Formats: sequence, C-alpha cells, structure tokens
Amino acid sequence: MTKLRGFWMWVCCLAVLGWVPFANASDGTVPPGINAADTVWVLLAAALVMLMTPGLAFFYGGLVRRKNILSILMQCFMMLCVISLQWVFCGYSLAFGPDLAGVTGNLDWTWLASVGMDPSGYAPTVPHRAFVIFQMMFAVITPALIIGAFAERMRFSSFLVFSLLWTTLVYDPVAHWMWGKGGFLGTLGGMGAVDFAGGIVVHINAGMAALAAVFVLGKRKGFPDAISPPHNLPVAVLGAGLLWFGWFGFNAGSALAANGVAVTAFMNTHIAGATAGLIWSLLDWLKFGKPTTLGMITGAVAGLAAVTPGAGFVDLSGAIWIGLFSGVVCWLAVTALKAKYQYDDSLDAFGVHGVGGIWGTLAVGIWGTKAVNLAGVSGLIQGNPLQLWIQAKAVVITMLYSFLMSFVLFKVVDFVLGLRVKDREEAIGLDLTQHREAGYTLLD
Amino acid sequence: MKYLVAIIQPDRLDDVLNLLTKKEIHLVTASNVVGRGRQKGIAEVYRSHREAGNLLKKVKLEIAVNDEYLKPAMDAIVEGAYTGQTGDGKIFVFDMQECLRIRTGETGPVAIG
Repeated sequence: MTKLRGFWMWVCCLAVLGWVPFANASDGTVPPGINAADTVWVLLAAALVMLMTPGLAFFYGGLVRRKNILSILMQCFMMLCVISLQWVFCGYSLAFGPDLAGVTGNLDWTWLASVGMDPSGYAPTVPHRAFVIFQMMFAVITPALIIGAFAERMRFSSFLVFSLLWTTLVYDPVAHWMWGKGGFLGTLGGMGAVDFAGGIVVHINAGMAALAAVFVLGKRKGFPDAISPPHNLPVAVLGAGLLWFGWFGFNAGSALAANGVAVTAFMNTHIAGATAGLIWSLLDWLKFGKPTTLGMITGAVAGLAAVTPGAGFVDLSGAIWIGLFSGVVCWLAVTALKAKYQYDDSLDAFGVHGVGGIWGTLAVGIWGTKAVNLAGVSGLIQGNPLQLWIQAKAVVITMLYSFLMSFVLFKVVDFVLGLRVKDREEAIGLDLTQHREAGYTLLD
Repeated sequence: MKYLVAIIQPDRLDDVLNLLTKKEIHLVTASNVVGRGRQKGIAEVYRSHREAGNLLKKVKLEIAVNDEYLKPAMDAIVEGAYTGQTGDGKIFVFDMQECLRIRTGETGPVAIG
C-alpha cells in the first residue's frame, strides 16, 4: 500500500513535467534598465541564501541524536530539490504573479511563462528571473525551518507531502500578502505593513507551523528527561556559522540592488546577530553558571531572525535593541515557556524563529526610520505609533492563518498517510528506518 | 596468569602507560568508555535544559600479565591514575585460563610477553 502511494506520487510529478514550456531563451543582449552590479549582487545573494539550507541542516543535524542526523540532512536538502521545482512550476506565480483579490497570485506565470530577462516591478534593475531565483531560496528554507519542531519522529513521505502542501497553501499566499503586487498586508496596494526580508513571510510563518506540528505530532518518546543531549555540537556550530554567512544574502540581498540600503541591512544583520549571541551567553552564565556554546549560537540565530524584517528599515541603534531583546525574549521562550508547558518543540523552531520573527516584526514599528531607507517606514520613536499598530495586525493575521492552516494540513496528512513513525522505528532512529543508512560507522 | 581491567580518568592514560612501560609491561588494550560511580555522573545544560546523570568519559585498560607482574602492573596503574579525587577509577583482577599468540601458536605464560 505504501509502495503504491509512493509510485503514484512520482507519476503525478512526472505528469506535471509534461507541461514545461522550454521557452524564454535569451539572445545574449542586456535588456534596457538592467544594472550589472545589482544583478551580480542579487545572484550572489541567491547563492548565499541557498547555502543557508545546508547550514540549517547542520545546525539542526548536530542537535539531534546520532541515529537521526541523516534524516535531518535529508529533509533539509530535499526541500532544495522539491520546493525549487514547486517554485518554478506554480510557487512563484502564486506568490508574485498577477493578483487575485489581494490574497494570492494567479497561475498565469506557471512554469515562469512570460517571466523573462526584462526587469519586473519587484526589482526594477535586475532581470525578472534573477528575482525569481533569489526568492526561490526563501521558499526553500522556510519549510526547512519547520523541521526543527517535528525532528526525530516524522515519516519521510508524510514530511514531503506536508511540505509541498504547506509551501503551496501557506508560504506562497503569505508571501503574496506581504510582498506580492496587490497583496493585502504589504505596501504594494495593501495595508502598509513592512517586512524587509521575511520576518513575517519566513520566520513567523515557519514558527507558527512549527507550533502546530508540536500540537499534532506530540512529544518524542522520553521527552523531556530521557532524550540524549545533542550528538555533535561542533557540527551545529558549523551550521550556525553557515547560517550567519548566508544571512547576509538573505537580508542585504533583499535590498535587490547594490546600494546603501543593502549596506545598512548587511551591517544591521551582523550587529543584531552578534548582540543576541552575546546576550544569550550572558543569560546562560547568570542562570546556569556557565556560558554555553549552544546558547551562543542559538542566540545568534535568534538575533538574525529578529533583525530580518527590519534589516533595511532601522539604523544601527535599532539593530542593537532588536538583537538585545531578541536574545532575551527567545531565551525566555526556550527556557521558561517551553519548560513550563512541556511541549516538545524539539530544536526550538518556534522559540527561536517564531518568537524572534514576532519580536522583530513589531520592532520595525518601533525603530523604523526613513533616515536609512526612503522607501521604509517611520516607527514609534519617529512619532508614528500607527506603524506599530499596522505591524501588530499583520503579525496577528499571519500567526492565525499560518497556525490554523498548518494545523489542518498536519491533521489531513496524518489522516491520509500518518505523520509519526512507529514507536519501534522512533527508538531505532529515522536514519535506518526511513532511509536505510547510518550517519556514522562504529568500525572502519 | 591474571587479567586486569582498569577504569581510569582519560587524562591519566599517558602517565599510566609510561609507568607500565618502565615495568616492562607492554601488552595493553585501551578503549574509550562511559560510566558512573559514586559521583553519579554529571549534570549538563543544553539550551537551558539541565540534564542530570549523564555518564562520564573514562578509559578502560585491559592487561594480561603473568603472576609475578601482577603487583608491578597494579602499582603502575595506581601511581599513574591517582589524584585523590572521586572518580579516579578501579582495578578488577581475574584469573586467566589461557593465552595464545596467534602468529606462533605459543600458549601459556610465554605467550603473554
């Protein structure tokens, strides 16, 4: 039965491929309006963001038990394979295509039809397809972030089906609301909420889906006291380093041009990550007597997530405040909230990305200033409390939609395929039971 | 013939080996092991979650000796492994029935050397 299901899944995928139009060949000339430096930066930034998914894989992979490392690496990499195809098939069109009632793009740009080398309204100085591939990497890493919540216990096939459905029905619409032309949350015809590089679209979105996953899947066997510690912290630190590196593409690339806003975003990203990493270490030191490596990298990632929505909208002091408070609130979420309610957000996808994203998105409404970006917003400190209110509304709307929709999707996939591996498989580990491989050999 | 199993602190391994060599005891097998004793393991903290009772890293030495080398072997291990603190380790001694050198087929005390 399971084998048959898998077979039909692949048949459907192949059938979809039959429609690919192999058009849009470039004749080698540079279309008018294209800026070479901007194009180089956006393509390079896309490559940097691509590296974040393997970085995330190692960050998460080092934190699970030995028997599950491959399952994490595999799930993250598989997002690169699957979501990239989904993106050129329908994802980009749903997110950024011609607007339908402010809620979603339509399917006119399926297989990137009429998306070519001429610039788009989204990035007026780079080829449209450069913008497509830059955004593709965001669509890839967002479902990969959710993996942290259901690590070590989800069936691989169910993971694939869920991630495809989630990207299509949650990520793509929310990206349209915020960034698509006509989307009802954003500044291109919407209510005026801003999200520079994905605080709402990526981090709140993935964080709330993570919370839904925790509720539907339940705890790992043995949580919280009989779960072994992270099996390879050095690998997790390497992953965090790659994430930090890639984040420059994520945030500074979101300026979509090689300009001052990109420099502002680059600087803010780095400083917020640094501040939060320091704060988390200090909090660990105060509470547990020692500054921990894992605490430091977790804090850095929390700060990077929190500064994402405001990277190109706040000045240096804003970035420091965002980093500082993200270290504190995420630390509280992971230390106090999770401990109190005993939910098994296994690798803290909600506690770090969800909470960090919520804080950072609100923070734009506080520290936003047009002094760094004329296309930006003025926040509370600039005497415009309205922006904070708009940001808050956008946060709540996204939280509700993402949580409820993710909850429903998890339930549906659970009903049809079953989300969780069998208890025995969970005990043996996902590497052997889902992929018939082992991450490490004991003998040569 | 005796068979010794010694559990020692990992950082004492070099000293113990040097002392064994001085007493002409060369046959040693060492392995990384984890375990606990009266100190009941160690509490570690991961993302603010305190995990009590993790097993401690130790080194296990296995040494086969002829009877006259038993005392020198034990002395060497004690001298090298002693710090005076909890967790210095233990030595277990067993009677050994047979020993065979694979290369030559020799058996008994002569095969140990």
